This record gives sequence, structure tokens and C-alpha cells, in this order.
Amino acid sequence: MLDELSLKLEKVLKKVTGQGRLTEDNISDTLREIRRVLLDADVNYKVAKKFIDDVKTKALGKEVLVSVSPGQLITKIIYDELTELMGGANRELSLNPTGPTIILLVGLQGCGKTTFSAKLAKYLTEKNRKVLLTAADVYRPAAIDQLKTLGKQTNIPVFSIDGERDVVKIADKSVSYAKENGLNTIIIDTAGRLHVDEELMNEVAEIKKKVNPTETLFVVDSMTGQDAVNSAKAFHDRVDFDGIVLTKLDGDSRGGCALSIKAVVDEPIKFISHGEKLDSIEPFFPDRLASRILGKGDIVSLVEKAQAQFDDTEAEDLEKKMLQNKFDFEDFLKQIKMIKKMGSIKSLLGMMPGMNSALKNADVDDKQLVRVESIIQSMTKEERQNPKILNGNRRKRIARGSGNTIQDINRLLKQFKEMQKMMKSMTGKGGKNMKKQLKNLRFN
Amino acid sequence: MKLFKNINIDKLKSGLSKTREKVVNKISETISGKAKLDEATLEELEEILISSDIGFDTTERIIERTRISLKSEGDRSTLNVFTIIQNELVKSLNDHIELKDEFEEIEKYKPYVILIVGVNGAGKTTTVGKLAHNYRKAGLKVLIGSADTFRAAANEQLEIWAKRAGVEIIQSVSGSDPSSVAFDTIQTAKNENADVVIIDTAGRLHTKNNLMEELKKIKRVMSKVVDYAPNETFLVLDGNTGQNMVFQANEFSKFTELTGLIVTKLDGTAKGGAIFQVCSEQKIPIKYIGVGEGIEDLQTFEPKEFVKALFAHNGTLDE
Ligand SMILES: Nc1nc2c(ncn2[C@@H]2O[C@H](COP(=O)(O)OP(=O)(O)OP(=O)(O)O)[C@@H](O)[C@H]2O)c(=O)[nH]1
Ligand SMILES: [Mg+2]
Repeated sequence: MLDELSLKLEKVLKKVTGQGRLTEDNISDTLREIRRVLLDADVNYKVAKKFIDDVKTKALGKEVLVSVSPGQLITKIIYDELTELMGGANRELSLNPTGPTIILLVGLQGCGKTTFSAKLAKYLTEKNRKVLLTAADVYRPAAIDQLKTLGKQTNIPVFSIDGERDVVKIADKSVSYAKENGLNTIIIDTAGRLHVDEELMNEVAEIKKKVNPTETLFVVDSMTGQDAVNSAKAFHDRVDFDGIVLTKLDGDSRGGCALSIKAVVDEPIKFISHGEKLDSIEPFFPDRLASRILGKGDIVSLVEKAQAQFDDTEAEDLEKKMLQNKFDFEDFLKQIKMIKKMGSIKSLLGMMPGMNSALKNADVDDKQLVRVESIIQSMTKEERQNPKILNGNRRKRIARGSGNTIQDINRLLKQFKEMQKMMKSMTGKGGKNMKKQLKNLRFN
Repeated sequence: MKLFKNINIDKLKSGLSKTREKVVNKISETISGKAKLDEATLEELEEILISSDIGFDTTERIIERTRISLKSEGDRSTLNVFTIIQNELVKSLNDHIELKDEFEEIEKYKPYVILIVGVNGAGKTTTVGKLAHNYRKAGLKVLIGSADTFRAAANEQLEIWAKRAGVEIIQSVSGSDPSSVAFDTIQTAKNENADVVIIDTAGRLHTKNNLMEELKKIKRVMSKVVDYAPNETFLVLDGNTGQNMVFQANEFSKFTELTGLIVTKLDGTAKGGAIFQVCSEQKIPIKYIGVGEGIEDLQTFEPKEFVKALFAHNGTLDE
């Protein structure tokens, strides 16, 4: 029954135990754990290290909000930083409003370029662009056939030249073909190539030079590991791409390579591709990927909820009242409302790591919360502020008004009295007991 | 006896050279001039291993073992540190699994059926082409089947590989049932007295239950023609893949009994180190590695050679 209060009491506790600020000490375990989480998500070793160091430097000394632990707060800060890093400006695809828009797709073998080019073509067609697909992969067997088939499926014209091996020429000719045929958007699908393949890297740089694309997109398999930094950097050095496309996100990879890539090339992620169907293409949402990489969405959403809903000044106010021993049913009602805004107590507690087993024993019942609320609401203002006046008649009235039994009312009054007593002992001078009691109340 | 070795150490080394230079130089830098392994050195070792996609847990385990071995060893010279790490790495690659003699197996079963599976874009079709080429070169009659009836032009792609390898192919009709293609291929192989059948399948992410179930069906239908089929099910893994490789191997194992792993694209700078964790979770041998897009670019996997190539010129492996 007292769980609601623990939110509040924790703040006091933090002051007592010095947990009110982020220090090297109280976040080091969490940071170690987060580093491991990032590495398991395939974030590059160096990138993970630097990222965490940077965030730590920024965060040290920050005040800890009521109801979260330093570990949770630093997790939230990391999440926010991650989201920001993944975000960045200019996530829209640049389209040339007057002349033709040319989009060049580049990347390693098997990363999903051809499928993505068809998806993008369909996506842009639906946005009323007149699209031409250019088949410039002359190396992989039947790559051109693949694009042609996809073109047929989507009703989008595909440009190719039979037997032509010169891809610069193919790309160039496709641009004039588009012009002649009233098509304003050209998507060039190139062969997958290794970033260490000098010859092929030259080739793609030549295409870029020749057609001067509006957008060059680097397509990358979201399952890529540590080496993503090397390929991304090499491609960026050679073709200076403008954006990133993450593919195969319908798998269960955590997509940490996106963070690695963002760390070495400062270009926005523009699209994600997440399925075999040609409409499984989506603009990119940084926050979703941040949660995916951290794999700790629960903690993050808890911290966010607490931050958003728990008005700090209101909390201060309550705290003052508690300290002055003036906590009454009005304040209690406020607290209940706040907790309700944050979701059910159980779900709130359930979001805390390691809480689930402890929860089984805890007496938390949302229905009870509703009942308490209805009881308090049936009290007059006077009764709320001064519960002492609640005699038998008044109790009967409240019971009837709130649809409860008189026993329910009596139980609540008893619990409330205990609560007040406890607060008194905590805020009083004989503070030894207080820490102990607070410990029992903490839930994180 | 191995059917085809095709091991060209130079090719492997040049394929892995970028990797090797990086790894070896780093380790040399780390260790040279230091008689003892201090914390900082171990930390740097951690960086080297994790940067190879070996993964946090496996890295910790390997470093821990190395540390323990070094404790009881007076010799903490660079050379010995290398030897110990390499031995630990080799031991983690399922090299103790006894491989059956392929020639004998192929003699015993006719046709000898190989099923190729893996996620999208891993290199399955290319690998089928390379395998077919190698078996044919060894004088065997090979038939390949295109059970990828889903991806656009998958059939055409495999057809080109069949031509390159000089083997016969059973075509599929787009959208048809993949298991019926597998059935037809094995049936034809039986009629024509072929030695080896290789079946290419569509790329499927291990998270898609319906597609994974489809694998079971393919297998079931195959065994209707010859009850022992398939003799081999190879999982093709992209060497660029990070920790997800472990999930892939685990999930595919759940749906179909894998008999071998093939790691592709090791001609880039990716190290394919996630395979160490795969091997520790699944007792499946690594059969081949892909080191390029050419038909010759498939090599028999040799754990010692693989690790030795990574650490070339530094330390020796215990024989
Ligand atoms: N560099 C390099 N590229 C490879 C290797 N193996 C395959 N590839 C390339 O990777 C790309 C994908 O190969 P595929 O064989 O089509 O892959 P797949 O698994 O059959 O693909 P899906 O059937 O579409 O799932 C092609 O461009 C291949 O040329 C390799 O060992 N090294
Ligand atoms: Mg294929």
C-alpha cells in the first residue's frame, strides 16, 4: 500500500545516501553494462568506447531526478545522445524540383541494393515521381534480369544495354533516356563491390563523376559487424555518399553498425528496409533504432515516463509538506493521480530490471489504487485536510458515496495513519530508523 | 582423404592480408618489448579480438584462457603469447570434429544430396556454383537444382553458374513450390545416375517462421525420393556479419540439422570472427570459406591455416 509513496521517499533517500548526483562511482557498473550491450549490438569497439566516454563526461554531476536511480538516469542520457546522434539534419531525400533527380545506390555485395532500388522506385512512384530504374550491375550473374523482373512487378521501366560492360556509359545513357521519355527520377543500381577493390571503387567513382547524382546512398546490411566502419569510410572517401540505407531490419539484428557508421561518416540514415515485399520501406526513426541498439527499451521508457509526468516542483512541494508533517489526503490524492498518469504500479515496477520476481510478493494492486482514489474523492475538503474529524457517520457516508464497505474506509484510515507515523519518524531527528525503512520502500 | 583441397595458401593469405596486417601489427605493437602481459596489454588484446567480431563473451573466455596458460608458463615471450592465443582460437573452431571421408560417402550414396541454406544475400547461389565446379573437376557427375522460386531472376543466376561450372541444372518456375523443385532434381539425378546433387534455396531470415518451416518441408519431400536425403545441409554465413551470425546458426539448427558451415566474403577486411561463438554453441564443422566472386574462390576450411593466416609470421601452432 505504501509503494506509491516510495517515489517521493526516494528523493529523500537520495539526499541521505548522496545518490542525488551522477558520479563516476554510482554509474560505473551501468556504464560497463552498457558498453557490453553496445558491443553485443555490433557497435564498433572504438566507437563504443568513445561514445560512452563522451556521454560520461557530459553527464557527471547531473542531478538525479526523483524516482530513478543514477544507473537509470545515465541509461536515459545515453539513449538520448544515441537518438540525437542517429538523427541529424536532412533526413529527407533531396529531390531536384526542376531537372532530373538521380539517385545512385552503392554498397558491398549482398547488402540488398537491387531489392532496395525497386522499393525506392515504387515509393517514389507513389509520390508521383516518374521513375526509371537503371541496371548497372554487369557483374553478378542475372542481376540485370533481377531488376527487370522487379520492374515488371512494379510497372516501372528498367534501362539496360544488352552486352554492354561499360557501366559509366550505361548510367550516362540512362539519364538521356529518362529525359527523352519524360522520366524525372533515375535510380541507378550498381554491382556490390568490396571497398578494397581498387578497380571497382574507381568505377563507381567514375559513375558518380559522370552523372553527378542528386543523392548517393550507401546501402548497408543491418547485420554487419565491426568492419562496417572500414567499408563505410572507404566508400565515403571515394564517392562521398549523402545518406545511408539500413536493410534487413526484419531480422533480429540490433543494428549497432548504424552507430559505427554514423561515428565515422557524418551522414544521415534516410531509409530502412525491412522485408521482402516491395512496400517494406520506411523513412528512418532515430529513436526506434536507439532503443533497438540498447535493447533496453523498458528502462528508457520508464525513465521517460517518470521525467515527463513527475513534475519536479510539485514533488518539491510534497516533499516540503512531508518534512513539515503536513501530509494529508489532498496530497495523497495528488500522488495517486501522478502514479496513474505513469501507468499502473505493476507495469511501472515491472519495468525495473530485476523487479519481476520481487513483484510477486509485493502487494500492489491497481484496483486498490482506484478504490483509494474513490474513497478520497468522496471526502469533503475539510475531511481531506483534517482526517481526524472522520467519525462513524462521516465514514458511513463516504462508504456509501464511494461504493465501498465501512471496513474498507477503516482500513484506509489506518494505513494512512501509519503512513503519517512513518513519515514523522523519517523526518524526525532520530534518523537511523529512517534509512532502514526507506530501504525497504525502495524499488530500484 | 579430402575430396578437393583447393587450398591455395597464398590466395588465402592475400585474401586475408589486409586483416592480417592489421591484427598482427597491432599485436606486435602491443606485445613487443614487453616481457609480461599487463592489464593494458590484455585490454588491447580485447580490442583486437572484439574488433574481429569475436564477440564480448568469447573474447573474455579466450583472454582468460590465455592468461591462465601464461601464468603457469615461464615463457611470456611474444612468440609464446602468439602460440597460446592461436592454439586457443583453433581449439574454438570445432577442429576436433571428425569429418567423414567425402569420397567414401559419395560412393556410398548415389546421388549424394547437398542442401544449401542461409539468410538473404549471404552468398548461397555463388557457393553452389563454386561447389559444383569443384565436384565436377574431381570427376563427378553433378546436378544442381534451383529451389529459390521466390527471388527475382534467381533461376537465371543459377543457370549462369551451371554453365560456368559445366553441370546440368533443373530449373524452377517462379512462384512454384521449392520442395517440388528439390524433388524433381533428386529424381532426375537418380534416373541419370548423377553422383552429387546440390540444391540452392531462397534466402530467408532466420526470424521468419513460415520460411523456416518451409525448409522442413523441402527436407521431407526430398527424403521421399531417397530416404537418406539430404546427406549434407550447409549453412552459408556472410563473413561481414556481426553477432547476428550466432542467432542465424542457432535458429537454422533448430529447423534443420546442419552438417557444415560455409563462411563467405573473407576477401574483404571483415574477419568473420563471429564464427568462433557459432562454433562454441553449435558443434558444426566449418567446411569451406569464400574468398572472392570467381568460381575458384572457394577453399576447404582448415582451422590451423585460417588462424595461421591471421597471424602469419608470428608464432607457431602446436602441431
Ligand atoms: N567478395 C565476395 N563476394 C561474394 C562471395 N560470395 C558471394 N559473393 C557476392 O555476394 C553477392 C550475393 O551472392 P549470392 O550468391 O547471390 O547470395 P545468395 O545468398 O544466393 O543471395 P539470395 O539468393 O538473394 O539470398 C553477389 O554479388 C556475390 O557475387 C565471396 O566469397 N566474396
Ligand atoms: Mg541466391
